[in-house]
Parts: sequence; C-alpha cells; structure tokens
Amino acid sequence: MIILAFIFIGVSMLLYVLLGGADFGAGIIEIFTDKKGVNTISKAIAPVWEANHIWLIVIIVILFNAFPEVYSTITQYLHIPIMLALFGIIFRGTAFTFRYYDPFSDTSHAIYTFIFKLFSVFTPFFLGVTLGAVIFGEINTASGISFYQQYIAPWLNLFSISLGLFIVILFAYLASVYLSGEPADEESNKDFKRLSKLILIALVITGGLVFIIAEFSGLHLLHKFIKSPVSIGCGVFATLLLPAFLIALNRNRASLVRIIAGAQTGAILIGWFAAQFPVLVVLQGSPSLTIYNTVAPDKTLLMMIIALFVGLAFVIPLLFYLFKVFKFSEKTNTDY
Amino acid sequence: MDDFLAARLQMAVSLGFHIIYASIGMTMPFFMFVAELKWLKTGKDVYLQLAKAWSKGVAIFFAIGAVSGTVLSFELGLLWPEFMKHAGPIIGMPFSWEGAAFFIEAIALGLFLYGWKRLNKWVHLGSGLLIGIAGVTSGFFVIAANGWMNSPEGFEWINGRAVNIDPFDAMFNAAWISQSVHMIIAAFAATGFAVAGVHGAILLKHKESQFHKNALRIALTFGAIASLIQPLSGDYSAKDIAKRQPEKLAAMESLFETQEKAPLIIGGIPDAEKKEVKLGIEIPGFLSFLAFGNFNAEVKGLDQIPREDWPPVLLTHISFQIMVLFGMIMAAIAILFLLFRWKWEYLLEKPWWLRILTFATPIGFIALETGWMVTELGRQPWIIYKIMRTKDALTPMPGIVYPLILISIIYLILTFLSVYLMRRQIRYVHEKRLNS
Ligand code: HDD
Ligand code: HEM
Ligand code: HEM
Repeated sequence: MIILAFIFIGVSMLLYVLLGGADFGAGIIEIFTDKKGVNTISKAIAPVWEANHIWLIVIIVILFNAFPEVYSTITQYLHIPIMLALFGIIFRGTAFTFRYYDPFSDTSHAIYTFIFKLFSVFTPFFLGVTLGAVIFGEINTASGISFYQQYIAPWLNLFSISLGLFIVILFAYLASVYLSGEPADEESNKDFKRLSKLILIALVITGGLVFIIAEFSGLHLLHKFIKSPVSIGCGVFATLLLPAFLIALNRNRASLVRIIAGAQTGAILIGWFAAQFPVLVVLQGSPSLTIYNTVAPDKTLLMMIIALFVGLAFVIPLLFYLFKVFKFSEKTNTDY
Repeated sequence: MDDFLAARLQMAVSLGFHIIYASIGMTMPFFMFVAELKWLKTGKDVYLQLAKAWSKGVAIFFAIGAVSGTVLSFELGLLWPEFMKHAGPIIGMPFSWEGAAFFIEAIALGLFLYGWKRLNKWVHLGSGLLIGIAGVTSGFFVIAANGWMNSPEGFEWINGRAVNIDPFDAMFNAAWISQSVHMIIAAFAATGFAVAGVHGAILLKHKESQFHKNALRIALTFGAIASLIQPLSGDYSAKDIAKRQPEKLAAMESLFETQEKAPLIIGGIPDAEKKEVKLGIEIPGFLSFLAFGNFNAEVKGLDQIPREDWPPVLLTHISFQIMVLFGMIMAAIAILFLLFRWKWEYLLEKPWWLRILTFATPIGFIALETGWMVTELGRQPWIIYKIMRTKDALTPMPGIVYPLILISIIYLILTFLSVYLMRRQIRYVHEKRLNS
C-alpha cells in the first residue's frame, strides 16, 4: 500500500507536469508570439486550466494524508519559496481569467496580459526551486541555527535555481509542442513549431547544467542515476526519442509529437523517482525522510486509496470527455 | 505584531476571503440551472441571456475561489505544521474526497462555460447541475475537517501522538452534520440575497427590464427559502454545541455564571474582567430553553471553565449577535417576498421594496462571516478541541507578519477587481441588449 501511495504521488506529479505544466508554458510562450498566437493560446487553455491545476492539490492532499511529516517539513522549512509560488498562482490564475472575461478591451487587457506572462515564468520557477530544495539536502531541522541557514540557504542555492530554470523551460517546451497541434492558422503553427525546436535546445542545455551544478555542489545526481537501472533505462529512452521527435515534428504529425514529448517527460520523472527511491526529502544532519519512516497508519492509507480510486472512476471518464469535446474536436469556433 | 497573532490573522483573512467565492461557486450553478431550464421550457431568449450572463460571473468567482483554495491547502502547513503533522492522517480522508469533488466540479464547469454550442442542450443543462452538486459535496467534505477540529474523534491521544486512527469515525464526527447543513444553507441564503440585491439596484434605474426581474426572482426565491430554514438549523447548531462545547455557548451568550433559568442576552458588551454584560437586554429562561428545550435547565457558564481556556468572549458574543440579527432581518424579508409573490405581485416592483433589497445585498455574507467567527473564535484556545492548543501548532518561522501583509493587500485588490469586473460585465450586457 505504501508503494501504491507513492505511485499515486508520482502519477499526479506527471499529470501536473504534463497538463498544468503545459498550461504554465502557454503563458511563457505568449512572450514570444504575436496577437494571433495569443488568441490560440487563450482558447486552448480556458476550458481546461482549472481541471489541470487540481493535480497539484491532489499531490498536496496525498502528502499530508499519507506522509504527513514530509508535508509539514516542506511547508515549515520551505515557507518562503512556497509562499512565492502561491503568490504566483494567485496572480496568474486571476489575470488569465480576468483577461478572458473582461468584455472591454482597453488598457486593462494589457495589464492582465503583462501579469499573466510574468507569473507564468515566476510560478514554475519557484515550484522548481522548491523541488530543488527538497532534493538538495540543505534543509536543517536542528534548533538554534540562524534564520538564513534554516529558512533561506536550503533553497537559495545554485542547484535549486538551476532546477527552477529547467522546470520553466520544460513547461515552455511542453506548451510549444501542444500548441503546434492546436487548430489555428498555418502561420502560427509554423511559429510554434520553430519555437519548440529552439526550446528543445535550451532544455537539453539547462538539463545538462542541472547535472553539472549538482556535481559541483556535492550532490552526486549522476552517480545516483547510474546506480539505478530503471533510471538509466529512462535516461536512454528519453534520449533515443529525441530524433523521433524531430522527425515527427517535421512531418507534421501533431498527435505523435505530443505523445513523444509526453513520454520523454514521463521518462525523466520516472527516472528521477527511481534514483531517489525511497527518499522523499533529504535533510542535513539527520536521516532523510523516506516513504517508510514517515508513512501514516495502514487504515489511513487504505481509506485514502479507496477515496482516490473511487474519485478516479468518476474523474477519468469525465476528463476524457472534457478533452474530447475541446481538444480533439475539429470545430474551431469556440464560443463562450 | 507577534507571529502567533499574525498567523491567526492570516488564517482568518484567507478563509474569510475564500468562503465568499466558495459560497458563490457552490450556489450560483443552481441559479444558472434554473435559468437555463426555464429557457428550455419556455423558449424565451431572456432566460438564455440570463444563464449566460450569470455563467460569466461564476467563471470569474470560481477562478478566484480555486486559487484562494489552493493557497489554503498549503497555508495549513505553512502556518500550522505541527497541527497538520498529527491531523493530516486523521482528516486526510475527507480532503481526498473533497479533491475528487473539485475535479468533477472543475470539469463540469469547463463543459458548461465553453460548451454552449458543442454540447447537446440537455447534456449542457446537466453539466450545470453537476457543478452545483459537486460544489455542495466538496463543501460537505471540508466542513467534516472543521467539524473534527471542534469535535475530535476517531483516534486516541497518547503521549502527544495520535494512535488507533480511524479516519471514518473522524469524518463522521458529532459536529459535522449540524455545521455542514447550517453552512450550505447559509451559502444559498447569502448568495441569493447578494444576487437579488444587485439586480434590485439595477432595476431601480431600469424599471422595465424583464431580464433583471427574472434574475431577481430566481435568486431571491433561493435566498428566501434558505433564510427561512436557517434559524431552525441555527437552533439545532446551538443545541448541539450546548452539549459538545459549553464554553463556546457561554462565550457567545456571555454567560459568566452557571445557572438555571439562564437568560438570553440580546445585544450588550461583555466585559470579561468584570464578568458582566453592559447594556444588554435579558430575557430570563430563554437561553435554557434554546439550549436544552426547557426553561429551567442549567446552562454551564464560564465560571466552570479555567480562565486560560476561555474563548475571546467579546468578539464571539458580538459576532453571534450580528449573525442572529441579520438572520432575523433576512427571514423577515423572505416572508415578505413569499407573501408578495403569492398575493400582491405588484408590490414586487415598488422602489421602496427594491431599495430594501439593495440595502440587504451584503447582509447574508456578513452573517456568514460572523457565523464563522463564532465557530472559530469559540473554539479557541484549542486548534483541536481539548487536544492541542493553537499556540503549540504555530510554525517556528519568524516574520509571519510579512506574508500576512502581502496576502491581505492581494486579497483586497482582488476584491476590488472582482467588483470592478462585475460592473463591466453588467455594463456590457446592457449595451449589447440596447443595441440588439
Ligand atoms: C447566512 C448566514 C447565516 C445566518 C442567517 C445564520 N447563521 Fe449561524 N452560522 C453561519 C451562518 C449563518 C455559518 C457561517 O455558516 C456558521 C459558521 C460555521 C457553521 O457551521 O455555520 C454559523 C454558525 C452558527 C453556530 C455555531 C455552530 C458551531 O460552532 O458548531 C450557531 C450556534 C449558529 N450559527 C446559530 C444561528 C442562529 C440561532 C441563527 C438564527 C437566525 C443563525 N445561526 C443564522
Ligand atoms: C471558510 C470559512 C471559514 C472561516 C471564515 C474561518 C475563520 C477562521 C478564523 C477567524 C480563524 C482564526 C481564529 C483564531 O485564531 O482566533 C480560523 C482559524 C483556523 N481555521 Fe477556520 N474558518 C473557516 C473554515 C475552516 C475550515 C473548513 C477549516 C478546516 C480545515 C478551518 C481550519 C482552521 C485552522 C487550522 C485555523 C488555525 C488555528 C486556529 O486559529 O484555531 N477553518 N478560521
Ligand atoms: C467552509 C469552508 C469551505 C467551503 C464551503 C469550501 C468550498 C469550496 C468550493 C465550493 C470550491 C470550488 C471553487 C469555487 O466554487 O470557487 C472550493 C475551492 C477550493 N477550496 Fe474550499 N471551501 C472551504 C474551505 C476550504 C479550506 C479550509 C481549504 C483548504 C484547506 C479549501 C481548499 C480548497 C481548494 C484547494 C480549492 C480549489 C479547488 C479547485 O481548483 O477547484 N477550502 N472550496
């Protein structure tokens, strides 16, 4: 059951990255597109953004339910980057909605758009920084150390920042891939495609950077990765898909492109989880928090898993229906 | 400001903000559903326009509800990590169910808002109803968690740790039913009055608008029915806490001494130091009756409770008075409305009546906020009633006043912006209708 709870976190995280991530990414892409592209973006996200972001809430609920100490440790010591990410979530979500629903297009639209773009970068950056801090291992639970050491140093370091950057670029990449298949005019489609190639290059570079910085900061990520066969497999798989991705992109196979990009992201995530297993939070000076030493009692796990499965039984068909109606249908005239 | 006070204030600001949007998100879908149903049945375009106009408002409020809710699910840990470390596994289950309900709600919302042309009419109507049902369900689940804080069950507390956890018992705690029923009805009452008030104000200017007449009628029908049930449900809540949390009852009624034939005090300013109430009106025996259904019953006063375990008497008492006062006003307006609808239709269009409704726009929400103050302040000093003190759950991180200030400013701005946007929506609907 512990493993099942762990898998649920992993799956929710993957879905959050793929769906919520692409949603954030769409805001990042907007920085590089013209008016027409912006329109495509707005129409593509509006019906699904709310549902996409609930995966984050699912992750949080599983954490405090099944691994309460992980939740309380993260929220306690990473208060600052989490709060910053939350501010970003507030600003971005409301700016997007306001822009969509403000019936008059005057200067206010420019302001909403500015805020939306800015926080589309800001929010995933701090989510990434938080994630980086969780892996990095500078969280120190000892008492009597300085404010800086306890609440700032764990996340304000090169590694966490590089991971934040990586997440931002990953999200932008996912979005460009999705959008290049959205029904729009030829022109914007081409733009999105060109963008996704550029972003892919940036992604590979920052990915490498994360590993190099980890090595220099004494976090032997590469070493961990090599030790786990699953991680190696995932790494190789993601790399092998790169040429396939480029071919599919050039041949205009929109859905294949999306699937490959999704598979690559999945592979990176699974690889990372496998390398990390069973650790959830690395601490400094005390044993890491693993899924075994923080797990809630069996009865709690069972009840949670039942709730999740029953929930999924309702949610999955509805979700498919939602995506079918809005994402794969041929009609292009969305009205609201 | 010390961190403890800042954290409590931040929690109060965040919850008090979220609950407004959550209440609207739970209940407006039902209003839209009725409007759309009327359109399908009568074929009158004005109902379709109403359903569409409302749905845009709901989309805006829903988004704010969703982001502020996301903030809350982190804030529980950001501010009270020690609480969540113990409470998480006990009350996680209702939160898991709540998550599932949110999902359904968000999906149904997507279908409803963007599917006017893509979905079959009846499927579309059904998606509207589904938003409402899922919203109310999620409300029920969150309140289970709050009920548990008031009436902790489903575990044993041994040496500062919870053992033998039974999430099922925890979820079906003694406070759950009375709280969630009272809250859901409150959401309908508050939203109904607020929506009716807005349309009433517009009707004062545009007397002949069928659009706003219909809107007012649908909203106030919901609001009126809810406001008539609310005092009954509130009475049930009061009887419930008389048994479970006597210190909360004593604080909200400012009963300093345990007594038989306890008086109901209306108004007044309690002074916790002198243990007396200034300026209040006393009705002998009535509190005993309200709490136990018997004019002679003994009601426990604050004298039986150690001083350090008293809830803040002044604020709890005043909040309770405001809730009940506004509840009575709402019930009175509700009776008038139903009477007029039944016999004297022409009165519904009189300016004085519309003016009353305009004034009543915020009172449902004020009652709702003060009601929560009663529940949450009356639970103090405990975060988990008689198990864990609020101050022991506080995060050790210093400087909480900064996020408090930021959050308050952001929520203040969002409040203004949502009003501003509503006005623009209304103006837009007007201009479009004048041109067509
Ligand atoms: C429209 C809003 C509204 C109105 C008109 C009323 N209430 Fe209320 N009341 C609430 C909205 C509310 C609330 C915000 O929904 C609370 C807070 C927590 C809860 O469960 O409901 C609440 C709590 C609450 C409690 C505390 C329950 C607890 O802590 O478990 C009591 C005893 C009452 N109410 C009693 C009444 C009475 C006797 C009313 C008579 C008119 C009344 N309420 C009207
Ligand atoms: C949405 C309506 C709600 C409002 C307006 C509200 C209001 C408040 C207020 C005013 C406080 C501060 C009390 C004080 O410290 O003096 C508070 C505290 C708190 N509330 Fe609520 N509350 C609401 C619902 C809930 C629910 C559903 C939960 C359950 C998960 C909850 C959990 C908490 C917690 C954990 C605290 C902090 C600890 C404490 O002060 O006791 N609240 N709330
Ligand atoms: C009495 C108290 C509460 C009620 C009745 C309530 C109800 C709701 C409803 C109906 C929604 C749907 C969004 C909307 O309509 O705007 C919502 C959103 C949300 N609420 Fe609350 N809520 C309450 C308190 C809380 C608390 C204490 C938490 C967290 C601990 C919370 C977490 C959330 C989250 C995460 C969302 C976002 C879900 C989404 O993305 O749609 N709520 N709430």
